[in-house]
Amino acid sequence: MRIGVLAVQGAFAEHEQMLRALGAECFEIRQRADLSGQMDGLVLPGGESTVMGKLLRELGLLQPLWEKIESGLPVLATCAGLILLAERISGEEGRHLGTLPVTVKRNAYGRQLGSFYAEAEMKHIGMVPMHFIRAPYVETAGSGVEVLAEVDGRIVAVQYQNQLALSFHPEVSGDASVHRYFLRMCENRII
Amino acid sequence: MGNQTEKSRYELNKELAQMLKGGVIMDVTTPEQAKIAQEAGACAVMALERIPADIRAAGGVSRMSDPAMIKGIQEAVSIPVMAKCRIGHFAEAQILEAIEIDYIDESEVLSPADDVYHIDKTQFKVPFVCGARDLGEALRRIEEGASMIRTKGEPGTGDVIQAVRHMRQMNREIARICSMREDELFDCAKELQVSYDLVKYVHENGRLPVVNFAAGGVATPADAALMMQLGAEGVFVGSGIFKSGDPQKRAAAIVKAVTNYKDAKLLAELSENLGEAMVGINEQEIALLMAERGK
Repeated sequence: MRIGVLAVQGAFAEHEQMLRALGAECFEIRQRADLSGQMDGLVLPGGESTVMGKLLRELGLLQPLWEKIESGLPVLATCAGLILLAERISGEEGRHLGTLPVTVKRNAYGRQLGSFYAEAEMKHIGMVPMHFIRAPYVETAGSGVEVLAEVDGRIVAVQYQNQLALSFHPEVSGDASVHRYFLRMCENRII
Repeated sequence: MGNQTEKSRYELNKELAQMLKGGVIMDVTTPEQAKIAQEAGACAVMALERIPADIRAAGGVSRMSDPAMIKGIQEAVSIPVMAKCRIGHFAEAQILEAIEIDYIDESEVLSPADDVYHIDKTQFKVPFVCGARDLGEALRRIEEGASMIRTKGEPGTGDVIQAVRHMRQMNREIARICSMREDELFDCAKELQVSYDLVKYVHENGRLPVVNFAAGGVATPADAALMMQLGAEGVFVGSGIFKSGDPQKRAAAIVKAVTNYKDAKLLAELSENLGEAMVGINEQEIALLMAERGK
């Protein structure tokens, strides 16, 4: 299993460490040439979505990644990654990949003082520790989007076909259950 | 919201620094500059009244910026906003916390307010980044509650030599601790004036327990790539951008250089036609060594 991790900015190394511990092979995506090999899954990590979105465009990654996601490549998106996938960003005109039919609200809990930790039930997975860091949440989910978790009445995890998107950071939590679930999504597609 | 303990607050603060990795944090003095920085791909901005080169030129005592000016920048951008307080000036830090700054830089760029004590950063909810010239300084700041470290470099000079020296020094000392026998770690903790637990962490993990950025004197895409190849996890650029001929272009080029810091071909393209770099001063020519502030 070979997972591509978008590595233009942010906490990509943490995802790689977690996936490798689960036995997956990882490679970093920093430019177009990195997309030439086999890819069984894609991770869009946490970081700054404005930076990643800009670099996706300028490094010529936006279109090829969009095509891969649209053709069914399993993708795990966390925090900024969720914003990259969202079809609509609340209060903003633009969007990035726009493959996930949700409206997402950026910096929805305010500045760093609003960052928090919680534990909540995630559908298909169980109790999951959740680190929210200047996090977004899903304001509205379109049809066909399965809500996997809510915290304080806000949607914080969704799945839409091959796309798994979270507003928190499993990659820094020390708990591998979300990544294990994602690798199962990748396995099921290969078979 | 959730079960908030002090420990988890410190973890969340360290994790915010993790989200900044692979990015460029830019000094800005106005909302307009902050927008330019954000559009160029900055992962955060440092709001300050005068960039280090101008602080250096003006001389005199330099202090925390006007909160109204910082708030203007907070309103202008959606990325995290940092601001500086003087070393040891916990009242300035309290004020920055009150306006909900995302990160406080307890910085040697400003005039120190205390020549013995740094701020007890464990008493704050907002995170702190601190400068360090070597491993001992870095670990002492972490002991005091810093959740991110940067090299001191020599701010406002456009001369990267000190940042390089500090990064190499830290790497060298980390390698030395990794190669120690376990029974040597106790004495090493005494030598560095830090707790045994921190030294043990470095011994076991071969790195600092927090994110480590390069800062001080970075002025070109090549400077940024150099610091990344030396092991920096991201870069602060202060005077280098808005003291140059074409800030927008230079800022965007440095951002891309940090993402693809090993691709010399791309770095060559990024370095083309950037206009004039900041003039800079060599370290032998400066009267005031800011990196000597705070131990």
